[in-house]
Amino acid sequence: MLVTFLIGAISLGTVLLYGCMGETLMEKSGHLNLGIPGIMCMGTAGGCLGIELYLKGLADPAAANWFLLILLSILFSILFSVSAGLIYGFLTVTLRCNQNITGLAITTFGSGLAQFVMDTYVTRKGFGAAGKLISRGFVNDPNANGVLRVFFSHGFFVYFAIILAVIFTFVLNRTRVGLHLRSVGENPATADADGVNVTAYKYGSILIGSAVAGFGGLFYIMDYLKGSWENASTIEAFGWLAIALVIFALWKPNYSIFGSILFGGLSIAAFVLKGSSTQKELLKLLPYIITVLVLVFTSIRKKRENQPPASLGLSYFREDR
Amino acid sequence: MAKEVLIEFQNITKTFGAVVANNNVSMQIFQGEILSVLGENGCGKTTLMNMLAGIYYPDGGKILIRGKEAHIHSPKTAFSYRIGMIHQHFKLIDVFTAAENVVLGVKNGSKYNLKDVKKRIGEMCDRYGFHINPDKKIYEMSVSEKQTVEIIKVLYRGADILILDEPTAVLTPQEISKLFDVLRAMRNDGKSIIIITHKLNEVMEISDRVAVLRKGEHIGTVKTSETSEQALTEMMVGKKITLNIDRTKVENPADRLFVNGLNYTNSEHVKVLDNISFVARSGEILGIAGIAGSGQRELLEAIAGLQPLDSGEIIFHRPKKDLPVSFYHKTLKQVIELAAEGKFHYADGTPVDLSGKSKKEIRRLVNEEKILFNEDEIMNLRDKTPLQIRELGVRLSFVPEDRLGMGLVGNMDIIDNMMLRSYRKGNSILLNRKKPENLADQIVKGLEVVTPDLHTPVRRLSGGNVQKVLVGREISMAPKVLMAAYPVRGLDINSSYLIYNLLNKQKEEGVAVIFVGEDLDVLMGLCDRILVINSGRVTGIVDARTVTKEEVGLLMTKTDAGKEKRDEKENG
Repeated sequence: MLVTFLIGAISLGTVLLYGCMGETLMEKSGHLNLGIPGIMCMGTAGGCLGIELYLKGLADPAAANWFLLILLSILFSILFSVSAGLIYGFLTVTLRCNQNITGLAITTFGSGLAQFVMDTYVTRKGFGAAGKLISRGFVNDPNANGVLRVFFSHGFFVYFAIILAVIFTFVLNRTRVGLHLRSVGENPATADADGVNVTAYKYGSILIGSAVAGFGGLFYIMDYLKGSWENASTIEAFGWLAIALVIFALWKPNYSIFGSILFGGLSIAAFVLKGSSTQKELLKLLPYIITVLVLVFTSIRKKRENQPPASLGLSYFREDR
Repeated sequence: MAKEVLIEFQNITKTFGAVVANNNVSMQIFQGEILSVLGENGCGKTTLMNMLAGIYYPDGGKILIRGKEAHIHSPKTAFSYRIGMIHQHFKLIDVFTAAENVVLGVKNGSKYNLKDVKKRIGEMCDRYGFHINPDKKIYEMSVSEKQTVEIIKVLYRGADILILDEPTAVLTPQEISKLFDVLRAMRNDGKSIIIITHKLNEVMEISDRVAVLRKGEHIGTVKTSETSEQALTEMMVGKKITLNIDRTKVENPADRLFVNGLNYTNSEHVKVLDNISFVARSGEILGIAGIAGSGQRELLEAIAGLQPLDSGEIIFHRPKKDLPVSFYHKTLKQVIELAAEGKFHYADGTPVDLSGKSKKEIRRLVNEEKILFNEDEIMNLRDKTPLQIRELGVRLSFVPEDRLGMGLVGNMDIIDNMMLRSYRKGNSILLNRKKPENLADQIVKGLEVVTPDLHTPVRRLSGGNVQKVLVGREISMAPKVLMAAYPVRGLDINSSYLIYNLLNKQKEEGVAVIFVGEDLDVLMGLCDRILVINSGRVTGIVDARTVTKEEVGLLMTKTDAGKEKRDEKENG
């Protein structure tokens, strides 16, 4: 029971972790992207389309190559989510549109387009087998040791997410690129005066962040649900939760690993615990309540390191003084 | 001592629109010297140095560095010429440590290693006598420490020529002497240092040579050892120019506004207002002179009810006069309550009795200005909000420095901006647009505001026209006290004279005018008395008709340290 719960928490947490890492990266460059839910939907649609195209050329879906399956899904997912990110970046960085409005538009657009692609072009023939392949872990025996199963029964995307979070933490805190990226989000005028290419860093973080966020939706469909699909709104809901997780994790990718497992656990607690449907619905609210509490506590403590980047949400224009 | 010429300005000219910031400036900077660039506000000293630092590019003339012509298009190019500037507003990232700020943007091919950076910072500290903890976050630092980080940042990039823009403005005397020690150590190390300042005593203390600028022109460069504060002041302010402002005699002045012992210390523990006291009289223009940032803004905002104070009183005195009750923005309920207290009377002097009258009838009486009253004559405005001040019936008009920020709303048209002052009038839930429209029309016609129509957003108007709209609105309130901060800044000559004439007209009508200005010639030609403010203190209130420019200049720039020295000289 506990083992199943933990596996589920880590697994669902990974959906949130991808979204959270993508958003964190963008927020570090000063861009509050409320388009994350839409970008996650786009990544899903792209990834599924990639798998569909690959499976179509095969006689037997069960004979699919694990490596090619992962590679194609990732490439197509990136193609879709990055193009959504590019729209967002062009609007907010180059045209300096309002970030909130642009983000919301991207969310509406992304989930709509994902729904359209999934309903029209993706038949999901053989997706069950592909899902099984993608979610295959090191330990697949349900009777194996519980500790082993918690840590090693996951598919590729779970470990990939954790590795990415570690890399992001290192890059942000220990490298010149990270220093420059943080300076862009804190005070772009200063960064600009010191010779940092503000526009390049903003675009870079938005595009990479979009690609990473897109994996979240792909993982949810292909790994967590093993290839089944209802509609885009489920993924959209996880997108909002991922944005809340950014605040919960205090804009730190390493914190977000643990935050995502906690949020994942709280999201599935409703299905594991016994109780009335009202109680279960209330339980689903917990991640948001915790996020509000974190905001309250960090605001009271006022530690500058735990605050969002200083110029988050503000457009930068060199000639504004 | 034959010193090498490092930088040479040749006939540098820079204009911003119609304003000439620098006109044909030619001067030299030597290797291994401390040069002070001295001048009043707006004389172009910062502009000139910004051209050296790559912030601006000259419109005409040449900059020679080590004898070769240099094109400095950006701060980055400036660094390639080993020029670094420390601006008045620090460009640092608050949540980064000192070391992270120092290394930001430096791409010298070496590996990113904060340990090496810290080591180099330590070496520089030892060499020039700084003290800084490279792991300290900027937001935990004092202003002086932040300045040190800025200096290290410039040195780390290999600068040999350091430009400091008013480096002592925010420092305590102890910090200033420490900074000067560092600057001397850097000079002795062969670096050239340029200090932009207007503090005479510091110029005398630190610099080897002084370049004086006045109204964009280079007046001369002298050796500090061969000059005196008196001589520098004369160079700085120049000969008095008589302006053609029609100044009338003050007639029947009456004390209108008493300001007693205002004190205010800001969040950075700087005493911005230090025991300020004065009286503004009706029918008189009181000028306020001072270096920018000496507390003028805070003083006016305190009077206008926008600035909280530590202590002090602002007393408004009004001669007894009957006024219609409609003037005071009272609600109907308040009117009935006050009437019951016997505060109102009719024009013939009989007290008003509203009991038994219908609301409609009362409203009619109010609107027809039948009900008159006079309130207490003496009111303390301290800690009152602007709205409370208005409700007291004190007609205080304020033309703030920041026209489109505090004065007007840029995206709204002239009519809507008029309504900012009148939207509380009337009892209907709908706004009365007729009156503001008439007012806007009057202002546009009366002050010759150039605008396509009344519905053009004010931000689209030129600076002079924006100011006309703002001053026009404030004057239309028929104020008793009119405060104007730098009302002609950025305006051309004609618009400036129009504003001077408007102020003079207000004065003739018995308004107490307070005028904050930066041009001494204007202050001396327009005002009746001049209050000189220096670092938040009143250093003198002088008669504008008899005072000399040098006297005002000295009052503006002298500090206690300078005063003591002069006193010593006079006594010994």
